[in-house]
Amino acid sequence: MSVQASAEIQRLAERAGIADIAARVFARERLSRADGVRLYGADLHAVGALANHVRERMHGDLAYFNVNQHVNYTNICNKLCRFCAFQRLPGQEGAYVMRPEEVAAKIRACQDEPVTEVHMVAGIYPKLPYEYYLDIVRAVKAERPAIHVKAFTMIELMQIARRAKRPLAEVLPELREAGLGSCPGGGAEVFSDRVRDLGYDKKNTGDEWLATARTVHEAGLRSNCTMLHGHIETIEERIDHLDRLRLLQDETHGFQTYIPLSFHPANNEWSHLPGPSALDELREIAVGRLMLDNIDHVKAYWIMLSIPVAQLALSFGADDVDGTVVEEKIYHEAGATTPQRVQRAELVQWIRDAGRVPVERDTLYNVLWSEDATLAAVGHAAPVMA
Amino acid sequence: MASAVHTEPLHGELARIAAKVEDGQRISGEEALLLHERADLSTLGRLADGVRARLHPHGVVTYIVDRNLNPTNVCIADCGFCAFYRSPGDAEAYVLGRDEIYAKVAELEAQGGKQLLMQGGHHPRVLSEWWCELIADLRERFPSINSHALSASELDHFAQYEKRPLEHILRDLIDAGLGSVPGAGAEILVERVRKIIAPKKTPTERWLDVHRKVHEAGLRSSATMMFGHVETAAERVEHLLRLRELQDETGGFTAFAGWTCQPEGVPDEHLYPAKATPAVYLRVQALSRIVLDNILNMQASYVTQGMKVGQITLRTGCNDFGGTMLEENVVSAAGCFHLESVQTIERMIRGAGFTPRQRNSWYGICDPRHLEAGGVEAPGDRHAAATHRGAPQDLTHLAAEAMSASATRTNDNMPGESIEVRA
Repeated sequence: MSVQASAEIQRLAERAGIADIAARVFARERLSRADGVRLYGADLHAVGALANHVRERMHGDLAYFNVNQHVNYTNICNKLCRFCAFQRLPGQEGAYVMRPEEVAAKIRACQDEPVTEVHMVAGIYPKLPYEYYLDIVRAVKAERPAIHVKAFTMIELMQIARRAKRPLAEVLPELREAGLGSCPGGGAEVFSDRVRDLGYDKKNTGDEWLATARTVHEAGLRSNCTMLHGHIETIEERIDHLDRLRLLQDETHGFQTYIPLSFHPANNEWSHLPGPSALDELREIAVGRLMLDNIDHVKAYWIMLSIPVAQLALSFGADDVDGTVVEEKIYHEAGATTPQRVQRAELVQWIRDAGRVPVERDTLYNVLWSEDATLAAVGHAAPVMA
Repeated sequence: MASAVHTEPLHGELARIAAKVEDGQRISGEEALLLHERADLSTLGRLADGVRARLHPHGVVTYIVDRNLNPTNVCIADCGFCAFYRSPGDAEAYVLGRDEIYAKVAELEAQGGKQLLMQGGHHPRVLSEWWCELIADLRERFPSINSHALSASELDHFAQYEKRPLEHILRDLIDAGLGSVPGAGAEILVERVRKIIAPKKTPTERWLDVHRKVHEAGLRSSATMMFGHVETAAERVEHLLRLRELQDETGGFTAFAGWTCQPEGVPDEHLYPAKATPAVYLRVQALSRIVLDNILNMQASYVTQGMKVGQITLRTGCNDFGGTMLEENVVSAAGCFHLESVQTIERMIRGAGFTPRQRNSWYGICDPRHLEAGGVEAPGDRHAAATHRGAPQDLTHLAAEAMSASATRTNDNMPGESIEVRA
C-alpha cells in the first residue's frame, strides 16, 4: 500500500538533513556508526519512511507472527539487575522454581491450542543442577513432541555450562539432543561496560554475550538478539551495541531477528526513570532496521510495545510482531498493561488493520499459514529479498 | 513483492495527492477516499503531521483542565451503542440535585479548572428552562468556569419538545451563560448509518443546522465523529466533507475529535462488530487532519485509545490532548476508561517533543507559564472567540460586548498561538 516512492523518501530525507544516508540506503550500502547517531536526531517520519522502504524491499507487505507460549521456569536470580521487576531472591515471597512436571503441565494446559513454540527463559538460580535444564527441555518435548523449544538466553547458557563444568560448545549438543531448537535474544541489555557497571554489574559483559552467541551459532543453532533501550544509555552506546551485533552477524549469520526492548520503569530500582515514549519506540524500530542490514527480521514485540505501537511499527521497519504469548510475566511485573495473551484471530485482524498481510510462521520462519497464497507459499521458508 | 501489489498508476495517483497535501491544497472527497483506502499508515500519519506542523508551527500542544458532568442519564433516544442512558422510570435513572452538582464543580474549581462539559440525555421533562437555571446558577457561583454544554441533539430535543424555534432556545441559554457547545451526537453524519445506529436521534441535516445556528448566535462549537461500527470508508469521508462545508460557511468549529465506537456492554453489543483496532483510529484521525483543512484544532482521544496512542497522534495530526476529565461517565459506562492526571498528560506531551500548555474552551492558551512569558490569552471568552458577532438582531447586546472585548485585545499574540479559524 506504499505511496512512498523512493523519490518522495529522498525528498523527505533531504528536508530532514539525511539525504546522504538515504542515498546509501537506496544503494544498499552499510550505514556507519556516525550515520546511526544522526538517525536519532533526524525527523521521525523521515527515518520511519526510510526504514519502511527497507522493510518493504525485504518483506513486501508481509507481517509475521506465531502461536507461542511462554514458560518462565524460575524467577529466582542472583544477578540483581536494576531494571528487573521479575527477579526474586531464594526464600523471598513469591519466589518459585518449576519442577520439570510443572513445566510439562504448562505445556499440557495449551494442548488444545495450535501452539508451535515455547519461549522459555528465567533467572539464574545457582542451585539448579545441569541435569535440571536438560530435564525441563525433555519434559516439554515429551508432552508435545512437535513444539519448538526456544530456550535459554546467553546468561542462562553460561550458567548451564558452568554447572556442567564443561565448555558450552560441548554442552550445546546435549541440549539439542534433549530438544532445544533455538535460543532467544533477551539479556543483551546494552553492551556498554559503563552502563553494565551502573545497572547490571553481576551479569555477563557485552563481550561475553557476543562470544556466547557465537558459540551458539557455531553449534548450528539460530538465535535472536535484542537491546534494552530507554534507561541510562546514550545514543552512542546504542549504536555501539547495534554495530557489534552487526559485526558478529557478518561472521556467523546466526541471528534471525532483532528485537528492541523498551525499558519499563515500574517495580524496579530504576523506577524514577521515565522510560521511552511511544515515539522513541518507533524510532528504535526504525534505527534497528536501518543499521542491521544483515539481520532478516525486526520484531515489534507487541506485549511490550502495546498493540497500537506494534501496528504502527509495521510501517516503521518491523516485519514481525511476536506471537499469541500465553502468560507473559517479565514485562507485566514491570508495569506492562497489555493483555498477557491474545487470540490468534485478533492478532490476524490487527495486522490486517495495520495494512499488512498476516503470515503465521514457525520459530525458524517457515511459513505455516497465510491468507495470500501467492505471497507466502505454505511450507516454504519465509521470503527475504534484500 | 511490493511491486506486485503496488501498481504503478495507483502509486502515481497517491503520490500526486500526497504532494497536494504537502503543498497545502484542499483535497477532494475522491482523493480523500483513495488516501483512506490505499495510503499506508505511515504515509497518512506523516502527511497529517505536516498539516499539523503548518497550522501549529511552534511546538505547543494544548489541553484543558475540565470535568464531565452528566446532570441526567435519562434519555429517550435509545441509541443501541450507548451504555450510559436509562429510560424514564428506570430504577437507575437520575437527575442530579444542585448540591451534588455544586460539590462536583467546586472540586473542578479547586483544581483550577476552566471548563465544565455538561451533557445529559434527552430527558422528556428536563428541558431548556431547567438548563438555563442550572447554567445561570453555575455562572454566579463559579464565574471562572465555562459551561461547555448541550450537544446538538439535546438542543434539537428542546426545540421539539418545547415547540419553540431553536434560535430562541439558544438566546435563552446564552443569556444564562452558555459559553460553548460540544460536538457530540454527530456519530456519522450520513442518513443510512444514523437510521441503523441512532434512528431516533437528530438527523444529519438538523445536526448541521443546529451547529450553524449555534455559530450564528455567536458561540463556537466543536465537531466529532464516532466511527468503527457500520459505516463505510466512503461514509467517513462524507462525514468529514459535511463538516468542512459547514466550517467554510460559518467558521464556528474550534476543533475536531474522532473516536472509535466502544461496543463493550452496550445494549446492542451483539449487533456491533468488535471494537476497531488502534490502527483504524490512527488512520481515520490522520485522514481527518488532512481533510479538515479549515478546522484549526485536532484533539487526541486518549480517553478511548489510551495514553500511548494519544502520544503518537501528536505526530499524526493532533495538536490538542483534550481534557483532564476529572470524571467521565459515558464511554466509561462502555468499559473504556483512560483518565489521566495533569502530570501524566504533560509527561506524554513532553515525551513527544512538544510544550504542554493549558487552554480554555475556545482554544486560547490560559496557562500561567504562557502568560508569564508575555503571551496573550486569546481568545479569552466566548465573545472574543465568536465568528458571527452580532449577526442575529436579538443578540445585538452580545455583539456590542464582543466588540468592546475585541477592542481591548492586543494583536501581538505569541506567534503560532493566535487563534484564527482559516489559516
